[in-house]
Amino acid sequence: MIASTLRRFEGFAPATPARPRREIIDREAVRETARNGAGLGLTLRGLSKSFDGDRPVIDGLDLHIPAGQFVAVVGRSGCGKSTLLRLILGLETPSAGRVAVEGGEAPRRIMFQEPRLLPWARVLDNVAVGLSRGGPAAERRERAAAALKEVGLAEKAGQWPATLSGGQRQRVALARALVSGPGLLALDEPLGALDALTRIDMQAMIERIWRAQGFTALLVTHDVAEAVALADRILVVEAGRIALDVPVAVPRPRRRGDPELAALEGRILDHLLDGRT
Amino acid sequence: MPALALPSPGAAARRLAPWLLPAAILVGWQIAGSAGLVSTRLMPAPLDVAAAGWRLAETGELWTNLGVSFLRAASGFLIGGGIGFALGLANGLSRLSDSLTDTTVQMIRNIPHLSLIPLVILWFGIGEEAKLFLVALGVFFPIYANTLHGIRSVDPQLVEMGRIYGMSRPELFWRVVLPGALPSIFVGLRYALGIMWLTLIVAETISASSGLGYMAMQAREFMLVDVVVLAILIYALLGKVADLATRRLERTCLAWNPAYRSA
Repeated sequence: MIASTLRRFEGFAPATPARPRREIIDREAVRETARNGAGLGLTLRGLSKSFDGDRPVIDGLDLHIPAGQFVAVVGRSGCGKSTLLRLILGLETPSAGRVAVEGGEAPRRIMFQEPRLLPWARVLDNVAVGLSRGGPAAERRERAAAALKEVGLAEKAGQWPATLSGGQRQRVALARALVSGPGLLALDEPLGALDALTRIDMQAMIERIWRAQGFTALLVTHDVAEAVALADRILVVEAGRIALDVPVAVPRPRRRGDPELAALEGRILDHLLDGRT
Repeated sequence: MPALALPSPGAAARRLAPWLLPAAILVGWQIAGSAGLVSTRLMPAPLDVAAAGWRLAETGELWTNLGVSFLRAASGFLIGGGIGFALGLANGLSRLSDSLTDTTVQMIRNIPHLSLIPLVILWFGIGEEAKLFLVALGVFFPIYANTLHGIRSVDPQLVEMGRIYGMSRPELFWRVVLPGALPSIFVGLRYALGIMWLTLIVAETISASSGLGYMAMQAREFMLVDVVVLAILIYALLGKVADLATRRLERTCLAWNPAYRSA
């Protein structure tokens, strides 16, 4: 335990992880039209990842995600969906294959199930962590305050994270991810720890901000209903491969309990449950 | 709850409550002494002790000894605490430093540092170095162990978050690792302050030519029991002052932590 913690500290990355190494990402000329010109397109070719020579977690995966699309990734626990997200973000190095990012230098951000706020920094300073270093302090504060306002927490700017509720903390984490104007936002079960009503509010908030800002969104979730409600397209991952790739053609704003959505949810759940051995 | 924010008779009572017991003990003790229930030769009454304090304060003896003891305590604390803090940081951040030094430190830690007094007297005589050495050694371990523990128990998820958001190594240290380790470092600080006084008094009692411990030992030679008791009461006060100072520091530095927020 102690040794592993130390290893983490030895692994302090001096480089900016938002811009991973060149050999992993080469910006191909994959032309896509982004909704607001803000989103990043992604192309994965033969992407594989195995840890310590074990059975691969991601196994020769090919995928193209156009800029600005909202993609949900669902699958059973341990199917490799979180690893896929970490590979795309450059938090893990692929064992084979590559991730090509197209559409510029916009930052890529990730939001986890835990808010991961700094408990010793005020809410506003936590949001400002998402901004690149440097630049005038007044402007940084202004941008952070604007992002806080976007998630409806403007009045909490001077508070400590410990005084917020779970849902509010997750909204601060969302503001931190959004403050730099990301081209790609990865969401790793961001609503998994919230109660049902807070989840619904947060889903609506994420959808509204995504529609306004036009970034590419990648949502990993256990909740098929959430995937169906939010995504343009749903990927079912099984044993490190994409087992199902379904578009969700229902127009927005979507109504909760829409029969078309329910049918789609049923189809995907059937697929997930049939895959059981 | 606005009622809590207003100064009320209840709030004043709550502030005074901790001092009720010490005051009652003093009064009872005085009555027992005046009534002749306790021999004032062995246990002088509080007023006699106060008179002794006044006498020594007037001649300046009290202030000189207090100052000497305070300087010894502070410099020993700074030296030992500084080294402990630096080594704790180094071993928390670098595996190489840890594997080189931690085993040695853990071995030395198990020696009661006061058992070194005979050796220290042989080395340094009864000069200042002996006291400094003992205090520094006593203070070193709690600061070292708690700094190291604090750094190792920083949430790795926060460290990963810092890296994802592009923090440089120094930035990660100042903004994530050090603040995360601070509560544990304060625990070490409190322990160290206690050990600091203990060590100094023992060292001064055994071998010194000035300081509070020396003052008490001299008084014993001349059967000045009131001065002995005075010295003991001063230790109690000094301990309380050190504790108050740490508390205040904790409330300032750890205001984000609900456990340390002032009521």
